[in-house]
Amino acid sequence: MCVTCGCSDEATPTLTHPITGKTEAIASLHTPQSHTHIQPDGTVLTHHHSHDHSPSHHPDHAAALHAQHHGTTLTLEQRLLSKNDAIASQNRGWLKGRESVALNLVSSPGAGKTTLLVRTLEDLQSDRPMVVIEGDQATSHDADRIQATGCAAIQVNTGTGCHLDAAMVEQGLDTLHPPLGSLVWIENVGNLVCPALFDLGETAKVVILSVTEGEDKPIKYPHMFRASQVMVLTKIDLLPYVAFDVDRCLDYARQVNPHLICFQLSATTGAGLEDWYAWLQQLHA
Amino acid sequence: MHELGLTETIVAIALDHAQGAHVLRLTLEVGQLTAVMPDAIRFCFDVCAQGTLLEGALLEIVQPPGLGQCRACGATLSLDSPFGQCACGSVDLAIIQGQELTIKQLELEELCV
Repeated sequence: MCVTCGCSDEATPTLTHPITGKTEAIASLHTPQSHTHIQPDGTVLTHHHSHDHSPSHHPDHAAALHAQHHGTTLTLEQRLLSKNDAIASQNRGWLKGRESVALNLVSSPGAGKTTLLVRTLEDLQSDRPMVVIEGDQATSHDADRIQATGCAAIQVNTGTGCHLDAAMVEQGLDTLHPPLGSLVWIENVGNLVCPALFDLGETAKVVILSVTEGEDKPIKYPHMFRASQVMVLTKIDLLPYVAFDVDRCLDYARQVNPHLICFQLSATTGAGLEDWYAWLQQLHA
Repeated sequence: MHELGLTETIVAIALDHAQGAHVLRLTLEVGQLTAVMPDAIRFCFDVCAQGTLLEGALLEIVQPPGLGQCRACGATLSLDSPFGQCACGSVDLAIIQGQELTIKQLELEELCV
């Protein structure tokens, strides 16, 4: 029996004329055809099957290695991201073993991730060891800015890639070797779509949104705001100059993710930083 | 374009399981609430499959619709985005369907011996 459509090899469709009662066989797509193939070692294969043998069907398939079109069905149920997720779990275990936590900073380009990070490092790195994994498509500008604060940093350039994956972070951790009890910062590529899909082994995703963007970003990019545990609203010193409704933005954010922890701050003036720092200081592996 | 990377993964996983046989059909499950575009996967598939045992394979994409369960009252509701509001007023929803990203099945060409 054909496993594709369930027809029987023996089934012979017929046409019966209602007046003359004459019955004749109909050639069907599934009428078995006989084939004989001789393999290089002289083995003769004879079999029946029904698919066509046009070259387009077997582009680079020698007739000697002839196969039946009704294939074997293999059920896999394999998650596409299983490899990434397995490495992310390793990273998570590695960090836990070193009593360290990792934060994955995500935002659109220009929201102020690096500025917030530089300010935070300057203010807090005397309290706790910190290292930074910087992700950008190109250049080491951001890693240079971080290193200027005295903090160990490594730059991952993803090339045409639009996000960091768990294997890149694994390599970064291997190279940086953060000391016991570290806070590892992972600054992702500026992108509000792809990084939502990829677990890096972080303790939390922190999405950064600046008041110079639209207040409806949370509902425009719901995957990212849903995947994050924390939202930081930055550049609040610019609020007098832009039409940004903070309350509406927070409403949208909580509509997408009612468990989101929200901070409002300015890395330039320092307004609101104390709440952000208090949250960071209570983070433990 | 994370679809290109994902499609490379699809091809690699399929080749791993094909064990040298031609792949006739590949069935993927891409939930409607994932940030993955089936059309982009199709576009990338032709490119990634070229010159491999997957070249010419039929790509079937099953797209389960979004389904949420309210954490407040337990009701289930259909979702067309990864968030929504239950009839009871709560926005605290667990997504129970629509985030699938799985290779379901491979149909391999079978040698007749």
